[in-house]
Amino acid sequence: MLRFIVRRLLQVVPTLFVLSVLLFAWLRLLPGGPAAALLGDKATPEKIAELNRVLGLDQPIPLQYLRYLGRSLTGDFGNSLISGDPVISEIGRALPATLELSVAALLLAVVLGIPLGYVAARYRGRPLDTTTVIGTLVGVAVPVFFLGFLLKQWFAVDLGWFPPSGRQSVSIDATKVTGLAVLDGLLTREFDASWDALVHLVLPAIALATIPLAVITRITRASVLDVLGSDFVRTANSKGLAPGTVRSRHVLRNALLPVSTTIGLQTGLLLGGAVLTEKVFVWGGLGTLIADGITRRDYPRLQAIVLLGAAVYVLVNLLVDLSYALIDPRVRLR
Amino acid sequence: MTTPLLEVEDLGVAFTRKGEPDSVAVDGVSFDVQPGEVVGLVGESGCGKSVTSLAIMRLLPERGVRVSGSARMEGTDLLTLSDSAMREKRGRDLSMVFQDPLSSLNPVIEIGLQVTEVLKRHRGMKSDAARREAAELLERVGIPDPRRRLDSYPHQMSGGMRQRVMIAIALACRPRLLIADEPTTALDVTIQAQILELLKELVADSGTALVMITHDLGVVAGLCDRVNVLYGGRIVERAERHRLFAKPRHPYTYGLLGSIPRLDAPPGEDLNAIRGSVNDNLPWASACAFAPRCPRALEKCTEITPAPELVGGRFLRCHNPVPAEA
Repeated sequence: MLRFIVRRLLQVVPTLFVLSVLLFAWLRLLPGGPAAALLGDKATPEKIAELNRVLGLDQPIPLQYLRYLGRSLTGDFGNSLISGDPVISEIGRALPATLELSVAALLLAVVLGIPLGYVAARYRGRPLDTTTVIGTLVGVAVPVFFLGFLLKQWFAVDLGWFPPSGRQSVSIDATKVTGLAVLDGLLTREFDASWDALVHLVLPAIALATIPLAVITRITRASVLDVLGSDFVRTANSKGLAPGTVRSRHVLRNALLPVSTTIGLQTGLLLGGAVLTEKVFVWGGLGTLIADGITRRDYPRLQAIVLLGAAVYVLVNLLVDLSYALIDPRVRLR
Repeated sequence: MTTPLLEVEDLGVAFTRKGEPDSVAVDGVSFDVQPGEVVGLVGESGCGKSVTSLAIMRLLPERGVRVSGSARMEGTDLLTLSDSAMREKRGRDLSMVFQDPLSSLNPVIEIGLQVTEVLKRHRGMKSDAARREAAELLERVGIPDPRRRLDSYPHQMSGGMRQRVMIAIALACRPRLLIADEPTTALDVTIQAQILELLKELVADSGTALVMITHDLGVVAGLCDRVNVLYGGRIVERAERHRLFAKPRHPYTYGLLGSIPRLDAPPGEDLNAIRGSVNDNLPWASACAFAPRCPRALEKCTEITPAPELVGGRFLRCHNPVPAEA
């Protein structure tokens, strides 16, 4: 078990290395560059060349990469070209916002998706099931930013139920502990701050949760249907067990195996959705950093955030594999 | 004759599908099982033997299946019982062993729980007592080191051991009726004999009646008191075991017995196989369903449904049976 974890963690290293090479090259192959973006209207070829020299971007790309690699290994991922701050501290400031949004969205997707998929499977072919199947299809198909704008227009602007943007009202003076606003309020017993943050969280979390919710629901439904038709469920019924026992002990546990894989994959995709959601709801997390970083070709910032995302992805899938071993005794981790 | 333990009367099972004609799997099947008796249901794939057993256990899916007739166990019609009353009976009064023990056991739960859950459900046992009893049950079905085995998972056991576990589960509440649906088909030949021997012993010891469903006449020969031969969803012949083997009257039974390879046959002699295969649509309505494959078919076999007859203690459904003196 421990050896498995260590080996998987070591696999992160080559993954990140390959990704960093590709990323480095791709970014520099994009037309335009940070110098032109930074200088804007005042850009002249001479000024751009000068700024490139200052930034070290006039060097051959392999050389640039080796320097970058060397600094990265010491923990220095460079300074943002936009803000001038170290990329690490930028990420540190923005990470809690994205983390809060992603965790909320994922919780929503899992807590609603698994029961919904289960119920749909149980009442297969009935109106509830048909509605779920169609609903999830729509859910997967609607673009995140479009859904975000719709939610914002209806529930924030027209109905006024939720704030349209931001993470917390300006009037609230919250104490920061972890940076996760809802959690901080609970920890410091500033419940009004917690509530305020929660209300802000609702719409963006729904927007971000929609696709994973739809996918998890569909996978759960298919998986439960599969298990319901299996021989061991027939055996369980032949024992005369109560329907609740058959469901929880025999059906659900087996049906959750493919679902846990899906949850892992969806977690990896959350960052992409977060970029769009954060943009719509002016959330100010990593997504916002990425979006600005792309328009202004902030190489160091983009490199660091994408590598972080990849590392998180690998870790989440490690957790999924561990959960597999927990649920299914046939799985041996080696 | 005493009062039968199980009395199946005119059992019919049809699979229905919107916009398509019903597909009849079992049609007017009647048989009975006396307390402690071993009764065989024999026939090739698709003859309706498994569907019959699942219908009696009420384990067929509810949607898309139409069951008719009755299956009275000690006077109570199982087919009209409420779901919850049936759940009380299943596992306690009647239970079942299935064909493939690997897929029939839950892969992610320890053997122990799969045995104890039925004890807790029907015998009201608490965890400790149920665990002790489960270990005893495993010991009774010949599983070595039963205490340790309680913590094993199905994939850690061999096929034969898994089927022993299934049998232990089925007999845990000392049911009066056990239905075994091809319990040895998925096992190695050497293991098959062991499992059959075990079943035979256990039902004899406990006085449990056994309905043995099989395509294998060898199984029937060593085990059953009476044998029902099914073809195309109907019983075509029923007789006491020795009689049936000594003098098969229905051409289908005759063919089944003739298709068993014999060591004492002259080398090079062809097996006496039955031609063709089971027809999906059952033409029983206006003919004998076996007629297209029957070497003894007469003209009227394709025009008139043969009526069931009792000939010297033997149930037969044939216009032109194999002569008794042949």
